[in-house]
Amino acid sequence: MSARIKIGLAGVRKSFGPKRVLDGLDLDVREGESLVVIGGSGTGKSVMLKCILGLLRPERGAITVDGEPVLGMGSDDRERTLRKFGMLFQGSALFDSLKVWENVAFGLIQGRGMKRAEAKPIALGKLAEVGLGPEVGELSPAELSGGMQKRVALARAIAADPEIIFFDEPTTGLDPIMSDVINELIVDSVKRLGATTLSITHDMASARKIADRIAMIHKGRIVWIGTAAEIDHSGNPYVDQFIHGRAEGPIKMEVLRP
Amino acid sequence: MNFLAPIGRIVLGFLAATGRLVIFAFHGLRHAVLPPFYLRLTGRQMMSIGYFSLPVVGLTALFTGMVLALQIYVGSARFNAESAVATIVVIGITRELGPVLTGLIVAGRVAAAMAAEIGTMRVTEQIDALVTLSTNPFKYLVAPRLIAGLTMLPLLVVVADIIGVLGGYLVSIESLGFNPATYLHNTFNFLEPIDVISGLVKAAVFGFIISLMGCYQGFHSKGGAKGVGRATTEAVVSASILILASNYAITELFFAK
Ligand SMILES: Nc1ncnc2c1ncn2[C@@H]1O[C@H](COP(=O)(O)OP(=O)(O)OP(=O)(O)O)[C@@H](O)[C@H]1O
Ligand SMILES: [Mg+2]
Repeated sequence: MSARIKIGLAGVRKSFGPKRVLDGLDLDVREGESLVVIGGSGTGKSVMLKCILGLLRPERGAITVDGEPVLGMGSDDRERTLRKFGMLFQGSALFDSLKVWENVAFGLIQGRGMKRAEAKPIALGKLAEVGLGPEVGELSPAELSGGMQKRVALARAIAADPEIIFFDEPTTGLDPIMSDVINELIVDSVKRLGATTLSITHDMASARKIADRIAMIHKGRIVWIGTAAEIDHSGNPYVDQFIHGRAEGPIKMEVLRP
Repeated sequence: MNFLAPIGRIVLGFLAATGRLVIFAFHGLRHAVLPPFYLRLTGRQMMSIGYFSLPVVGLTALFTGMVLALQIYVGSARFNAESAVATIVVIGITRELGPVLTGLIVAGRVAAAMAAEIGTMRVTEQIDALVTLSTNPFKYLVAPRLIAGLTMLPLLVVVADIIGVLGGYLVSIESLGFNPATYLHNTFNFLEPIDVISGLVKAAVFGFIISLMGCYQGFHSKGGAKGVGRATTEAVVSASILILASNYAITELFFAK
């Protein structure tokens, strides 16, 4: 496997008001790998993805994509960089004024100027890959269940065959069988398209299945990173607590006990 | 000296907000005049601003023209100047009431709808999704609305002018007993192009303001459904105030001696 760095984050810091969410986060994603980030709720995983995409601006640190620094990029360069990405949002973020197939084809039609008639079969093909038939394509997103919306969002993220794909909790809200279908799809995108993927999940079964490497985030930093095989004997108390789902350990959930 | 601090904070906050709005407007305009254009979206916005506002704008203009004729008749009768009714009605409608009332009514309808739609897109991350799909939200969302507002309001005002004058005519003929031919003569003979043109310029500015405030408030809404609700209210309030203020400024520009 080539060890070229596709995405690099160094010392990234992002706060909302007084609250520091990312606190000097360092992470390298290698070209062609599938990296999974795990970590408790509210530790800044989604914020990290948005910083890479330029949707949020970190106060400090550096982010590179293919060696190019992306912070402070001009709008043309940023647009060119964003073309490399596909993103599955945690909340799906489907356009509710458009039909399902138009959502999936959006990046092809609006982003790349493809004809609607040309983009539609591609969109329907991507929908089929996530287990949705062509009749679903004609519905509006509001007519779908949460899990179906997630699959449409997934189809939209991969529709333009991007080089880099971010999956923010791709299997949350899906039944175990569909989760596995989605896991297969992610593994397949990496293998077949040679895409680099950065996924976020709470689902350890999914993480083990799709990850080449796993990183654990806690309090705005990466506290552990290693291969998927190493995670069961990482010797890291944070990782151990997380993968075994124990309430006791170094990670203190902010739960108010009576 | 402490009491100055809050005042300073308010002034600074106001200046910062104004600056943000001006930058937003500038970006929106830049994307509105530079290609590529989203013709389909622009057309849809034109329909929603222009065509679907016709009933409410028409009714407003009709009743305004009617009441205007009544009141001016009462007023002018006090010094035997009833023949001025037609002229005052047409000037009042074309210069002021047509554009201002149309602007305010459309602000209530359209700025609110825009802020709600774009605000929902903001809080459900649809605007972020646009960016990741290589689509500039200013080009896709703001520019079509600005173009539609700028072009549709003058057309609506033309309709409002005609219906408003018609309302005044109906009342004058049917209940005040004016002679139709004289009334029409007085309506059109003393009307000058500048009366209508100034009203249409106002309309274009108001249309821009309506779309701008709808988009701006929607774009900057945060915090779920409640935030979207607040954005909607603020869009209507700020658009209305800006319409009234700019109305004065434009009138001053056109007619101040
Ligand atoms: N736009 C925002 N404004 C203010 N605070 C924010 C914003 N976005 C995120 N945060 C805060 O940043 C923290 C991290 O949020 P983030 O969405 O990255 O969590 P996460 O790790 O993805 O959690 P989860 O697994 O629950 O999705 C949260 O505490 C959240 O309150
Ligand atoms: Mg998240």
